[in-house]
Amino acid sequence: MIEFKELRKLYIMGEEEVPALAGVSLRIERGEYTAVIGPSGSGKSTLMNILGGLDRPTSGQYLFENDDVAHFTDDELADFRRRRIGFVFQSFQLLPRLSALQNVELPMIYAGVPASERRVRAMELLERVGLGSRSRHRPTQLSGGQQQRVAIARSLANRPDLLLAEQPTGALDTHTGEEVLKLFHELNDEGLTLVIVTHDPDVANEAKRRVAFRDGLIVSDEHGRVAA
Amino acid sequence: MKSWEIVRFAIGAIIAHPLRSGLTSLGVVIGVAAVVMMTSIGVGAQQRVTSAIAGLGSNLIIVIPNFQRGPVSQGAGGGLSLRDGDAEQIAKQVENVAAVAPLVRSQAQLAADGANWNTQIQGVTPPYMIARDLTIAEGRMFDEREARQGKKVAVVGPTVAKQLWGDDSPVGKRVRVRSVPFEVIGVLESKGQAGFGQDQDDVLLAPLEAVRSRLVGRRFRGDAVQTIYVKATDADTLDRVQEDVTNLLRDQHKIRQGDDDDFQTQNMASILAASQAAVGTFTVLLAAVAGVSLLVGGVGIMNIMLVAVTERTREIGLRMAVGAKRSQVLTQFALESITLSLTGGLIGLTIGVLGAIAIAKLGNWPAAVPAWSAPLALGFSSMVGLAFGAYPSWRASRLDPIEALRRE
Repeated sequence: MIEFKELRKLYIMGEEEVPALAGVSLRIERGEYTAVIGPSGSGKSTLMNILGGLDRPTSGQYLFENDDVAHFTDDELADFRRRRIGFVFQSFQLLPRLSALQNVELPMIYAGVPASERRVRAMELLERVGLGSRSRHRPTQLSGGQQQRVAIARSLANRPDLLLAEQPTGALDTHTGEEVLKLFHELNDEGLTLVIVTHDPDVANEAKRRVAFRDGLIVSDEHGRVAA
Repeated sequence: MKSWEIVRFAIGAIIAHPLRSGLTSLGVVIGVAAVVMMTSIGVGAQQRVTSAIAGLGSNLIIVIPNFQRGPVSQGAGGGLSLRDGDAEQIAKQVENVAAVAPLVRSQAQLAADGANWNTQIQGVTPPYMIARDLTIAEGRMFDEREARQGKKVAVVGPTVAKQLWGDDSPVGKRVRVRSVPFEVIGVLESKGQAGFGQDQDDVLLAPLEAVRSRLVGRRFRGDAVQTIYVKATDADTLDRVQEDVTNLLRDQHKIRQGDDDDFQTQNMASILAASQAAVGTFTVLLAAVAGVSLLVGGVGIMNIMLVAVTERTREIGLRMAVGAKRSQVLTQFALESITLSLTGGLIGLTIGVLGAIAIAKLGNWPAAVPAWSAPLALGFSSMVGLAFGAYPSWRASRLDPIEALRRE
């Protein structure tokens, strides 16, 4: 489903070229649950940004269901993100002016979903993450765990092919973090492909596959869940 | 996505900060209100000038002596080169003429029944009524025969009637004009206060012969007149009549080719056009000064929009992450800026119209808010919003989503 071939990303820092990704090849199949781990600056965030269509590689190939994403224009990337990707961020990134329901509706507005249909689906998604009774609440009126669940509901709005989460439990306490992980697990069981970038070994161990990065290269790739 | 949704985003962001949005729009409110008020004052002034000049009589040509004496001297006293005969010849020979009215005038003291009043005495013939579009309110105008005989009868303007007789009817009363008694036979319909502060109702009409011989005679040769009004049948023939009158008078006065006229003709239409142009220039000037404040309002919008883009960097990043195109982000911020400006424009238009009416009331000025001021104000304010919102919106649309999401 997803294939990286010799993917490179160079950043220019002053006069130096710093490789964030130094030739990464990776295949991720439909329905996989992958954790990307590694220390800061190892290139995992860059991988995430390219995977999600927020950034383009300097060289190499990125195929998403045979689409050549590496050569997409800005508008094609926007379409790609809207149709295929759901993002979950460490800091939730909810719009503070909007209610939980409106936050979940946002991606569907850009997708041109009619208002009535949008509202029904957003409500369903909020119920799916256990927040059906909080749909009118603003993000500031919700706890961290609740906010992240709203963000997950939003990421599912346009029925993405791939859910990308960056440090999804980083801002949460252990208990609410576990709830979020449980939710990811259920979504994966329903067939959703997940890629989660994390520092947290507990989070990584929940995944069915762990890809470790160091200095812009993959240093290990384990399959199978680690027994707790 | 539907464009209406982007409008909703823009309005939502404006409503989220009511005070800030209000203050941002205030600049445009003031600018538009100023432009609307200034143009209204200008148009009001233009209407006033127009009615003042039109009040002199429509399709009118005024012939006056030229006091600069040319090489062909008529030997006329005081440079008074126009005569009764000129008026008669114009009436006889020039085509498309509705009325020819010679006139002499003098300022004089009136006395009647113990009251005094100083007014302008006009010695005229009956066609004067047609030439100047005058009508009788009460009594009658003197006829040709009375005019020729120089009978001592008078028709007074409403101001004179009021000053000398109050609310009583002046018809049949006696009035002494520089001690010469006249009988009042009619009162003019009011033409109102108009034209350069002149009261057109403050006048006394008497037969030309009577005024010339008894009141101003000493300064005049027996048949001299000060002005000849020529009224053309309609606006289209005005220029033609003016030309014919000029040619006829040159003939009459035996002025050779190449020599200067000893008279001048003034066409009311061209006087009107000239004064309207002058007032028009004045209006444009006023509006331009007011327009500067509209520009300042635009700069205010640009300032706040730049702040908004910086403040909402994360929002922009998030919108891009969930699939907003750069063009959609651009449109959202541009619409926000246009909405701010347009709302200011609408409020400014309302204030401007009310202000113009208030100024008109206070200054006894004709309230004239031109119909085009509404589309003009709204058009200009949306253009200001677009122009000054363009750069901030462009900045928003060029943000790198990764950088934007990372911003604290």
